[in-house]
Amino acid sequence: MTLFFLIAAALTIVGTAAAMSLRNPIHCILSLTLGLVGLAVLYLQLGAQFVGFTQVLVYVGAVAILAVFAIMMTRSAGSPQQPAFSRSWLSGSAVAVVVFAVLAWAISSALPSTKIVPPQPAVSVNQIGDALMHKFALPLEIIGLLLTAALIGAVIVAMPERRETP
Amino acid sequence: MSPLNAYLLLSALLFSIGLAGVLTRRNAILVLIGIELMLNAANLNFIAFWRYGPNPAALTGIMFAIFSIAIAAAEAAVGLGIILAVYRHTKTTDLDQLNSMKG
Amino acid sequence: MDWIVKNLWLVPALPILAGAIIALAKQRHRVFAASLAIASMAVSFFLSLGAFVHVLSLGHGESVRQSFNFNWFQFGNEWLKLGWILDPLTAVMLLMVTFVGLLVFIFSIGYMADDKNFTRFFCFLALFAGAMLGVVIANSLLLLFMCWEVVGLTSYLLIGFWYANPRAAAAAKKAFLVTRIGDLAFFLGMAWLYSQTGTLLFFDGGAGCLEHSALTALVTHTTIFGLTISTGIALLIFCGAAGKSGQLPLHVWLPDAMEGPTPVSALIHAATMVAAGVFLIARIYPLMSAHIASLSVLTPTVALQVVTWVGACTALFGALVAVAQYDIKRILAYSTVSQLGYMMMGLGVGGVSVGMFHLITHAFFKSLLFLGAGSVIHGCSGEQDIRHMGGLRKFMPLTFAAYTCGMLALCGFPLFAGFWSKDEILHAAFAYSLTRVPFYMGAFGALLTAFYMTRQLFYVFVGASNRPAAPQDFAHEEPAAIEHGHHAPHESPAVMTMPLVILAVFAVLLGFMGTPLWPWFQSFLDGEHVIFSFAPFTAALPLMLVSSLLVFLGLGLGWLLYGRKPIEDCEAPDALEQVQPHIFSVLEHAFYVDQLYDATIVRLNTWAALLCDWLDRWIWNGAVQTFSHLVLALAWLDNFFDINVVNAGFDAGCQTVSRGSRTLSLLQAGRIQGYLRMIGLALIVLVIFMLWGARA
Repeated sequence: MTLFFLIAAALTIVGTAAAMSLRNPIHCILSLTLGLVGLAVLYLQLGAQFVGFTQVLVYVGAVAILAVFAIMMTRSAGSPQQPAFSRSWLSGSAVAVVVFAVLAWAISSALPSTKIVPPQPAVSVNQIGDALMHKFALPLEIIGLLLTAALIGAVIVAMPERRETP
Repeated sequence: MSPLNAYLLLSALLFSIGLAGVLTRRNAILVLIGIELMLNAANLNFIAFWRYGPNPAALTGIMFAIFSIAIAAAEAAVGLGIILAVYRHTKTTDLDQLNSMKG
Repeated sequence: MDWIVKNLWLVPALPILAGAIIALAKQRHRVFAASLAIASMAVSFFLSLGAFVHVLSLGHGESVRQSFNFNWFQFGNEWLKLGWILDPLTAVMLLMVTFVGLLVFIFSIGYMADDKNFTRFFCFLALFAGAMLGVVIANSLLLLFMCWEVVGLTSYLLIGFWYANPRAAAAAKKAFLVTRIGDLAFFLGMAWLYSQTGTLLFFDGGAGCLEHSALTALVTHTTIFGLTISTGIALLIFCGAAGKSGQLPLHVWLPDAMEGPTPVSALIHAATMVAAGVFLIARIYPLMSAHIASLSVLTPTVALQVVTWVGACTALFGALVAVAQYDIKRILAYSTVSQLGYMMMGLGVGGVSVGMFHLITHAFFKSLLFLGAGSVIHGCSGEQDIRHMGGLRKFMPLTFAAYTCGMLALCGFPLFAGFWSKDEILHAAFAYSLTRVPFYMGAFGALLTAFYMTRQLFYVFVGASNRPAAPQDFAHEEPAAIEHGHHAPHESPAVMTMPLVILAVFAVLLGFMGTPLWPWFQSFLDGEHVIFSFAPFTAALPLMLVSSLLVFLGLGLGWLLYGRKPIEDCEAPDALEQVQPHIFSVLEHAFYVDQLYDATIVRLNTWAALLCDWLDRWIWNGAVQTFSHLVLALAWLDNFFDINVVNAGFDAGCQTVSRGSRTLSLLQAGRIQGYLRMIGLALIVLVIFMLWGARA
């Protein structure tokens, strides 16, 4: 288990680190895909199969593709000439480092390190569906509404401006 | 270190990487991707706590993660749409150059 | 209450109203102005006639006096009352004033015909007539005083009628100021009387200040010098009368008042205004003669003694000065001063009826003399110096005849009006219990009167014509001078000679209403039955002979000096002057009284005025200037403070704020990632804070 965890973790970290540091944006997205797959593996390891598959379907299959499309549509200026990182990358990285330090310190100081591992919960899609329809019905509907609004909003925002015919 | 700690640390690392990307990359799309990464890190947190938490039968962690994924997708779509609209206006996605709101 | 008593106020109100309306008219509405004035005067005359008849019908005694009083205004708990009175004294004065006034108005139509300010003249004349009638009918000392002041005002306006002439303006000012001195004492007396008796009404059904209860109260208390209060008040009021009637120290304005037009001199300064003083004393006679119980009734009071002496001195003084004057009107002016002295003396020695009789007769013949002089001046185209006239009886026979009647009446020629009235005075003076000196002064004065009037008559009317060939220095502005040029003297038109004739008739006949044989006038005034008897006549006969002798003596002396040899040379000195040049010079300058006043009072006044001016210019003005400079300095300081401190501070504050905001706005770089970094840092701070708190 631990080994699988470490491999999956390494995969994820490498992928995401590459995604955030490569020059070419396409390369970034492709590395991102790798990282996301690694995350899906971790979900599977944790026993949340449905979430893992959903992760792959939605993130890798939709979000990454969408990002690629967006990059392609905004690269009409040619290959990237300007530097990849902003002028003040140092302060940004410093902030990120500090954030990580604080979070790590918080995590290590908050939870007791116990070795007791609870048993793997068995959850079936049936149960998830049941929960969605009964206990989480309202959030489901709200999500539906939100997705509709996002759809319409995205269309309108990205629509080319109509020019008045003279 | 307990498995939960490990997962939490991993999620914190992913979060920081995402944050670093957000704060340092020039391309607006990559900043958006960084934000997606941060959301993913949070998802990992949820699932980890569901697995090692007191009441896995309630499925709260899974539900939250599912909804989070849905929202993140919607947000990515809208955000990219906005970036496209801005690109159409200013012909650039360089965040350093998009500072017309400066006071 | 009879209609005439209730509406007696119409008698003064109508002329005043006419004056007010004329004041609104334009200068060219001459006919309108003159006819309105004469009409109002005529109506007043008829009303006075009605009043006189009414008083006649009332019989005798106390019921003869009727008054009408009303409340004027209230102050505190008291009401100030005014009113008018109709009694024999009022009735005769009303008749005299309206009649003589009417005649003078008619005369003025002709006299002022060439004057540009014809309308203004009639306006002032009407106002004067109304005010004088107000003085006559007043039952309240306050009302009397108010009308008295208006009379003084109109006198000022009329003396200074030709205001462009500096001498006329100065004369008007002098008249006003001198009478003002008297009026001040009058006012003090009035205030004192009010404070002592609480009323200013003369007769108020027993409560008036001239009635028994008030008089006894005034008589019992004494004040400074051991005088009774009644005497003190009476003396103060007499000062006012002395000013108005030209008695000795305050006479200086009367001769100068001749600068006014001749009708003004005739009406105001001969018949009416100057008589107002005498009338006032007659009116308050009960106050003047109020005795303390222990004193016998026959001994005159101190007030009446003062009146007698002042009158006697004035009579003599006026007569002496008139002897040496050369201006035709000035002779008559000093004659008026002298005759007013006689009237006062008559009041003092003999009582109301004696003084008033002479007042009434004097009004007629003196106004006749003035109008005659006016006619002469008009005929001689503005000439007023008697040395430049002569032989005018050939040119102006009617004027000469009328003038002679007046002159004989004034001298006291037997059987003329003046003879009877002046004789009453001399008779009372002879019988004066205290001393005979006033009688001797009056007798000598009568001699002088005859003398100077004869002198004037011969200079003006008799002898060769002495009009000089060269043009004269017409400093006066008598209207005839401008228009007529150097014509030969001529008779005046009928509108001017008719009043002369009427007045002459009265000058001759009026005296017969007061002869000792049948003293109707005296009884009428005293409220008694008239008795026709020979006894008083025979008792008075010796004195009548003596006074007639004096008159003939004076006439004879005058003829001797001026009539025997007609005066040929107009530049030659007067006959008297040749005999006694020094005395003549003193008399000519009126005993240098004017110069004395000039050197003392006038100089003092000028000095005081200069002092006040200096004070005003340097001290008060300096204080004001200092204060204003102080305020300016304060304002400058304020301004400085405002600009440099307040404004600067405010500006500095604003600049600080804007600099600060400019500095702060640098934070807004417009870059998203910068903001996100901030958020990250804030998140860190928050987490640390929460963890720290949880830990503790």
